[in-house]
Amino acid sequence: MKASVGSDSSGSWTAATRRQLERRLPWENLLPDRQPFWVGSWVYVFGVVTIAALIWVVLSGVVLAAFGPQWWHLSSVGRFFNSLHFWSVQVFFVFMVLHLWGQYFMASWREGRAPTWMIGVVTFAVSIVAAFTGYLSQQNFAAQYIAINAKDAVNSTGIGGFFNVLNFGQMYGLHVMLLPIAVTLLVVLHIIQVRMKGVVPPIVQEVKPAVTSDLRKK
Amino acid sequence: MDQPAGYLHWGFILISWPNLLLIGLMLVLFGLALILPFPGHNSVSEKEKRG
Repeated sequence: MKASVGSDSSGSWTAATRRQLERRLPWENLLPDRQPFWVGSWVYVFGVVTIAALIWVVLSGVVLAAFGPQWWHLSSVGRFFNSLHFWSVQVFFVFMVLHLWGQYFMASWREGRAPTWMIGVVTFAVSIVAAFTGYLSQQNFAAQYIAINAKDAVNSTGIGGFFNVLNFGQMYGLHVMLLPIAVTLLVVLHIIQVRMKGVVPPIVQEVKPAVTSDLRKK
Repeated sequence: MDQPAGYLHWGFILISWPNLLLIGLMLVLFGLALILPFPGHNSVSEKEKRG
């Protein structure tokens, strides 16, 4: 007898998880080849550019982490990758903010999309911490200047006891391991949420029939 | 490039010129994204016109 993979008789958590995924995230939603007509706008490109910039940030960051500070300060190739990492971060933040403006004015939290919006907000916040630890990890005078000036501000918030901006090892560890993983996971979750709920439709402006007829007369 | 950036100080507003320029460019880019037509995309009204 052939065992059915999709059998509902199984009460295991793996079967329950599979059924939930099949119901909430079918392949047509996960990898769609068609989008609604309103997606044909440059505003929807901002999010994609942000993801592209994040890929460049991670790739250039992996190279920098592999070769180390002496390489990225003293060799021409190292300085190139250092600049590539810095400027892709600038592009990442610029387009993330443009994406935020676009989604804010579209009220993209409508019709059950609040989790998508909230994951985006958390991603923004975690990205700021990732960028901050990046500035502290440069291994130059600017990093020391930022660390010395930030120390009092961070201590005033009460987290200075376990987030020591003067501790290069802690800041570098957070910057190259925990925070990039967090940002990447949050972005993946954000995209999955968009795929589950679909792209938010435009806000339909309701026009009263009397007003419409007046406009037509003119 | 090796000098500190200049600042705009107008009342309570204090911002470096490079930051102000970047914010201006972002606003321009956002406006252009709303105005410029997306390549390969026809609006519904154009499709209706073609029948």
